[in-house]
Parts: sequence; C-alpha cells; structure tokens
Amino acid sequence: MPTRLAVTGAAAVAHAMRQINPDVVAAYPITPQTPIVEYFAGFVADGIVDTVMVPVESEHSAMSAVVGSAAAGARTMTATAANGLALMFEVVYIAASMRLPIVMPIVNRALSGPINIHGDHSDAYSVRDAGWIQLFCENSQEAYDMTIIATKLAEREEVLTPAMVNLDGFITSHGVEGVDLLDDEVVRDFVGIWEPKYPLLDVDNPITHGPLDLFDYYFEHHRQQQEGLKNAYKALPEVFAEYEKISGRKYDFLDLYRMEDAEYVMIVMNSAASTAKYVVDELREQGIKAGLVKPWVFTPFPKKELLEALEGRKAIMVLDRAMSFGKEAPLYSLIKSALYEAKDRPMIGSYVYGLGGRDVTPTMLKVPFEDALKGDLDPNEERYLGLKE
Amino acid sequence: MPVNMKQLINLVEKEDWPFTQGHRLCPGCNAPMVAKWATMTAKALGYEPVVGAATGCLEVSTTIYPFTSWNIPYIHNAFENVAATISGAEAAYRSLLNRGRVKTDKPIKFIAFGGDGGTYDIGLQALSGAVERGHDFLYILYDNEGYMNTGNQRSGSTPPGADATTEPIGSEKAGKVQFKKNIVEIIGAHENVYAATAVTSDPFDFMAKVEKGLNHKGPAFIAVLAPCVRFWRIPESTGPQITKLAMETKYWPVYEIDRGVYKITRKPRNFKPIEEYIRSVGRFRKALQHPEYKEIIAEMQRYVDTRWERLLKLEEVTKDLYLR
Repeated sequence: MPTRLAVTGAAAVAHAMRQINPDVVAAYPITPQTPIVEYFAGFVADGIVDTVMVPVESEHSAMSAVVGSAAAGARTMTATAANGLALMFEVVYIAASMRLPIVMPIVNRALSGPINIHGDHSDAYSVRDAGWIQLFCENSQEAYDMTIIATKLAEREEVLTPAMVNLDGFITSHGVEGVDLLDDEVVRDFVGIWEPKYPLLDVDNPITHGPLDLFDYYFEHHRQQQEGLKNAYKALPEVFAEYEKISGRKYDFLDLYRMEDAEYVMIVMNSAASTAKYVVDELREQGIKAGLVKPWVFTPFPKKELLEALEGRKAIMVLDRAMSFGKEAPLYSLIKSALYEAKDRPMIGSYVYGLGGRDVTPTMLKVPFEDALKGDLDPNEERYLGLKE
Repeated sequence: MPVNMKQLINLVEKEDWPFTQGHRLCPGCNAPMVAKWATMTAKALGYEPVVGAATGCLEVSTTIYPFTSWNIPYIHNAFENVAATISGAEAAYRSLLNRGRVKTDKPIKFIAFGGDGGTYDIGLQALSGAVERGHDFLYILYDNEGYMNTGNQRSGSTPPGADATTEPIGSEKAGKVQFKKNIVEIIGAHENVYAATAVTSDPFDFMAKVEKGLNHKGPAFIAVLAPCVRFWRIPESTGPQITKLAMETKYWPVYEIDRGVYKITRKPRNFKPIEEYIRSVGRFRKALQHPEYKEIIAEMQRYVDTRWERLLKLEEVTKDLYLR
C-alpha cells in the first residue's frame, strides 16, 4: 500500500534512494544537502538497504568515486549543493562525457561569494552546459518522484546521460510536507536493474574508459553527447507516462497552471512556483487572465513546448533566482531566444528574485503582473523583486 | 607463493601482456616498465587487475583514442582523482559481488597509477582519503620528480638543485631550494597501509612489493623512482642505472612501512657520495655551476646520511610492532 509521510524534502529524496537501493552512494555532507546523506546513511547503518556507501573526503572525490563506480557497472548516486557542486565541477563534465547514468539530487543553494547557505539557483545554472539532464522540483513530492524518474531516464541505452534533480535549499529540503510514497516493490520494478554494456569490471572484455581524445575524435564524441540529450528529450514523455501509470501523478516538460486562456504568463522554476500559483489564483479572482509556466525539465531545454505554451500571449514575465553577470539572466535569455521563432511575439520582461534565500512573497510576485498590466515591460531591462535600494 | 620467473616467462610466451607495446612513451622512459611489471605480477598471481591512471605521461601516451595499450580494464578520470576514482570502482566491486552480479570468479585487484604531480601535489587529498577509508587497492607512484608531461615544471617531489621551468636556476636564485616531500612516510602514517619505495633497477624487489601490496587487505602504496630521461638529461639507456645510483647514494632509500613497521629492503654494502649521483644527472648541471653548489651538496649529503640513520633506528624500534 502506498504510504503518506509527513517528511522534509531531504527525507523524501532519501526515501526514493532507499527504494531504488543503488549499488553505491558516494557523498560528502554540505548544507543544505547534508540531511539527504544523513538519512541515507541511517538506512545503510540499519541494514534497510545494502548499498555500499563511500563517505568521501570532498565533493571532488565524491564525483570522482561515482564516476569510478558507475563505470564499473554499479547504479550509483551522490548528492550535493552549491560550493560542493562547484568543487565537483571538473568531474561533472567528465561524468557526462563518459556517458555514466549517475543520479544526483542538488539542493539548490547560493554559490559563494559572499558565502550564503540559502536557496537560489546559481549552483544549478553554473553546470547548465556540463551535459547533464536537469530536472527541477517545486516541492518534496516532486523531488521524490523526479529522483525515481531520473534513474529510469538516465539509464536508458539511447540516453546514458547523468541526471540532476534540483530542489530548493531549506524551503524544500528542510520544510515538512505530506509526501505520497510508492510501494517499495513498485519502485524496484519500475527502475529495474541497470545492465551496462561495457562495465569496467567485465575483465573478459576489457575496455579503456576515459582515454585521451584529441582533435581527431573529441568533436564526434561531443556530438554523441548531444544525441544522448536529444534522445532524453524523446524519451522523457514515455518515462513520464510510465511513471504516471504506477503513481497516478502526471509530469511533463512544463507544468502549465491556468494557462488555457492566459494572457499574462509568469515563468518560474522550483518552489517559488507555489507562491506564484497562489498569486495567479488571486488575479484570476479579479478577472485578470493570469497563468503560470513552471519548467520541470530545464535540460534538455523544452523549446518547442515553451513556444507552444507562450506564443500569442500578451505578456511573459521570466523569473530567475540567479544572475548572469554582464548578461541577461539564465532562464530569461533562453526563453527570449526561444521566442525569436514565434510568429506572434508577446511582451517580455526579466525579473531576478530571491537571491541567497531572500523570502519570496505573494506581494513581490504580483509586481511583474502589475507591470505587464500597465504595459510596462522592457525586454532589455533586468528588474529586481524585493531588492533594498 | 611469491611470483617467480617461470610464471612471468609463461605469460610472456603466451603473449598475454596486460600492458602492451605500441604506446607512445619516450624511448628510455621508465614508466612503462613500472606499469608492465605491476600488471604482470598481478596476472601471475592469479588476480584480474583493473587499472586506474591519473592524467600524466602514462595516461596520454597509452590511450590515444581509438588506440589503447591496455589489455585489461582501464579507467582514466582526471589529474588529481585516480585514488578516488579507483575507490569508487572498488566500492562497486564490493557491492556487485555482494549482490552476485560480478561475472568473473577470479579475484579482481585494483591498481592505480599516478605520477608525482598527481600524487605528491594535486592528488594528495584524494589519495589520503582513499587510504584512510581503507579501500582495497594498490597505488603505484612512478616518481620522475616533476611535471614531465607538460614540460619539466617543479613538483613537490623535485629535489633541490634540479632545473625546472617553473623554478629555474637563475643568476639571483638557485632554483628550487626545498627538499622533496617525504611521500612514503606521509602515506605510511595512515597506519592501515602497506607503503614502500622501489627502484627501476631492481624489478624483483619491486615485484615482491607489488605482491605484498596486492595481498595486503586494504590500501597499499609503492613509490618507484622512475626517471624521465628527457628532462633528467640522461642517456635513454641509463634510467635503471641512475636509480641504482640513487639507492647507493642514499638519495632514494629502498624500504617499506608495513602497518607502522619499517624495513629497509636493500642495504648497499658500500655507499657512494651524493655528489656522484648529482654529477650523473644532467638536470643538476646548472646547480653544479652555481657558486653555492658546494653548500647545496653538503646539505644534501647531511640530509641523506641523517635520514638513513633514522631509517635504521626506525627499523630497530618498530620491529614487529604492527600498529593495526
């Protein structure tokens, strides 16, 4: 029987990992990811899972060890946040180029400096070109579901690409919510056993992993990585549909909220989408045709779906919980670029909010809608929500 | 049963080379000998070796895609993380063995190769972590005392007086002045480890240590003095000869620290002065021309003599006192 637990997002992710029962987990504690590793270490210590856990001395070694483990043929996971991800950075790229289906929950946190331990998306964006699948979650339920979905997706033979599951630091990771858990056997059957084609431990068929790749093949291998992500884009709807069958919960590239006839559309990722939905409801009560688009999938970037969802609307307000210094905000620049192909381009505006964990209130999220209603959106102006000036 | 010549000859006759010819290491390089002897020893002992390598000469010259010199499973990840990478593979092996998903009946042994840059310097943390966690692997350091893959830059292993491009001998500065980091004692101090030094002039001592390392349940570490003929400025045929001289001049004592117990495994009958070693290696040529060279040599002589005395005493006082 499916169980409903009142748990933190970190515990929800740890429960997903417990049900997946990976062969190896190598991780290092970092705020606010630490509770994921702690809960999971508890499952190992109590013999609830028989995963081999490698409590490494740094995130660089965590990512290095999971590369060794996944290459060996083991289903392998780790988890991190912000500066931990920054320390892993070099090997994050290598993991993708070696086509290892590692699953890594990222508890999104501001990337120093100055040091700050609270939630924003600067860490996830910093590795947006590393070649990983990047999924984003509004709440604990989604973080639980996406961890299972990511495992299934990453290991598909035509995909073989590592996947990150993003959830907001403290807001989701430490906030307690009701989470519906699937039965252990249901999860186990859904993810199955990963049978890699060329594991390092196949001593009868020795393979050289991670060779020197000079100008004569490097380009071709990057092209293959691109194919892996294109295949992930094709596979996602299937994996979502399979997951819906076992869970009854429907996922897609985009979470479209009150979008049927929406004219004023906010785009925001992760936990702030909950607040934004509340604001949309309020505005709807006032007769304003507000709507919300929340990307569940950031990489492979669902450009086609976004175009379909956004074309012909009156105004689009893109919210970023990170800056891209000297350039347009990360999500905004991608959305704006997607809209180049729209026949009927809407007004568009860029809003940066919630950096370093700054509170996101309904009043704050009403501002972009108010600007749009006044016709006051400037595609070349980056605006700030809740900034003290 | 120690590995013997007959077993090795059998392997050679079967042409069952774990590490084959066709690599692109320089003529006279000592790294391929180290790789070949270590992996052959593992095979001769009935193990299936799985190898990891840090970025360096051995890696870039043996795995130029689509070619490879490795007839055994091999993985390269990055410069500083071979110990962490191999510890992940070893953890995977334990897990898959436990879950009945390993296809071979023979025991797999993990061997990591790193140069001195990836071991003394940038990879030290990952190595320390892997040793502390007690992974069952053998780390082999081929120590050519510099970042030779990128053109003779100094490392924590470069000796004083050696010419290095990032610490050259100039009119105002006598090159690198610091002594080598004592890597074997650093690793040996982890206590749960078998740590040793070796030289390329004595393959049987090296192979005996590889055997000990592979049979040791837990981490093992062997540092082999393996000249880079190019940047040591020595003739291609003289690598092993030079390491013999390094041993005879006490520059590179050959010993082991087995879970805290020191043992000098080769005690030369007659020691030679350190100056003989320094004069035979071209990378010290500039230092010999330096006005302060006499003091540098005198200081090195004092250092190697003291270290030798210290090793003899450690051998005596640690006898049979295995720490773990």
